[in-house]
Amino acid sequence: MKSIGRYFILIGSLFRNRERFSVYLKLILDEAVAIGIDSIFIVVIVSTFIGAVTAVQTAFNLVSPFVPLYIIGTIVRDMTILELAPTITCIVLAGKVGSNIAGELGTMRITEQVDALEVMGINSASYLILPKIIAAIITFPLLVIIAAFLSIYGGYLAGIMTGILTEKQYIYGIRYEFHSFNITFAMIKSLAFAFLISSISAYQGYFTKGGALEVGKSSTQAVTNSCIAVLCADYLLAQLLL
Amino acid sequence: MIEVKNISKSFGEKLVLKEVSGVFEKGKANLIIGASGTGKSVLLKAMVGLIKPETGGIEYDGRDFTNGTNDVRHEVRREIGMLFQGGALFDSKNVEENVMFPLDMLTKMPKDEKLDRVNFYLKRVGLENTNKLMPSEISGGMQKRVGIARAIVMKSKYLFCDEPNSGLDPQTSIIIDNLIKELTEEYNITTIVVTHDMNSVLEIGDHILFMYKGEKLWEGTNKEILDTDVTALQDFIFANKLIRDLKKNTNG
Repeated sequence: MKSIGRYFILIGSLFRNRERFSVYLKLILDEAVAIGIDSIFIVVIVSTFIGAVTAVQTAFNLVSPFVPLYIIGTIVRDMTILELAPTITCIVLAGKVGSNIAGELGTMRITEQVDALEVMGINSASYLILPKIIAAIITFPLLVIIAAFLSIYGGYLAGIMTGILTEKQYIYGIRYEFHSFNITFAMIKSLAFAFLISSISAYQGYFTKGGALEVGKSSTQAVTNSCIAVLCADYLLAQLLL
Repeated sequence: MIEVKNISKSFGEKLVLKEVSGVFEKGKANLIIGASGTGKSVLLKAMVGLIKPETGGIEYDGRDFTNGTNDVRHEVRREIGMLFQGGALFDSKNVEENVMFPLDMLTKMPKDEKLDRVNFYLKRVGLENTNKLMPSEISGGMQKRVGIARAIVMKSKYLFCDEPNSGLDPQTSIIIDNLIKELTEEYNITTIVVTHDMNSVLEIGDHILFMYKGEKLWEGTNKEILDTDVTALQDFIFANKLIRDLKKNTNG
């Protein structure tokens, strides 16, 4: 309970004694590159393979002659947009981005760089954490869009190349009974996950005490707690919005 | 001038500062000395506002920093420069960006003017032409000097140094000590140095405050310290054989 209280106090402190907007703008752009651009490779790999595996496994389980093959495309699409692209991508990002944020802030804390900011009269939490959260909120939805596209494309490649279904069947399947709200839902999820991952990881890093060992522990804790928060939020959002 | 008035601080059950008072004058190198765990760094952190004392207060030229308004605290903070034990340079910024950082954040000076100021202070600490080097590319002593340049680039009135010689060889330690002393006198800064290095004490200690078990036990100058009759202070300074010999020779 104490940690949760401290987390909310930290989030509140991000908006007090802020610096000039121009200061944040540069930091947000730098963080967007670190969080977003540098994560594209892992997102491309993970999402393409997940789409391909989903298509193959769905085909393996669809043994009834009464179920048309284009359903594979429909299942890949819905699974990707509703769950795989936002949730799996964000869990992967929790590992990569979360540990990076916690490690960076933890190191800054133990090497007194955070204290140096405070002594200068700068709100260190706001200066260090707010740009990371904003950058995550901007870049995560973009990464999820890329992941969704590539996952569906991965399903297409696997389906066509292995001869499970034809190109026409797959395209028909991904267009069949499409609900545009699913896209909105995926975007809402990605925004919520972006906030949770960046803020929880920042909290773990910012309050690191001790030395190098504790920085490692903070990074691990950041990834664990971010993943748990993402999964809880995933369930809550599904329950509330679907 | 900085005035510390009866400040106390505890962490949990442990009282680490017990009603410590002291006056630190302008243009002097004021040293806070003592063994490890005696509350020196806690006192320093309380003075710069990183820790809030439970009782008492700190005044900067008559301005109440501890219990004053946010505006007063904000004003004083911008006049404080601090050199941290490890330098605390920002890893992602080069030397020039590190020194320019307070100017970027706290002033609206034009870029050229800021660069001139940065170059002036880098030259002053003997680090001209190192602007584009990263902290990882320079030695510990150079990092300390960059830290000093960053601490005074805002033309700080108050300079705090937390164990400036830690991790440095004796020769570099003397260079850093002398630099602190020179800057203090040249810019008429109120300087406070936390150290347990006896060389620094004897070299630059205009005013020395000895801390023992969270209390101020002795106060004086580097001229008086060797003649102290305070047992805890004697144990502290004469732990070093060289100092014992120096004392014997002085008496002899």
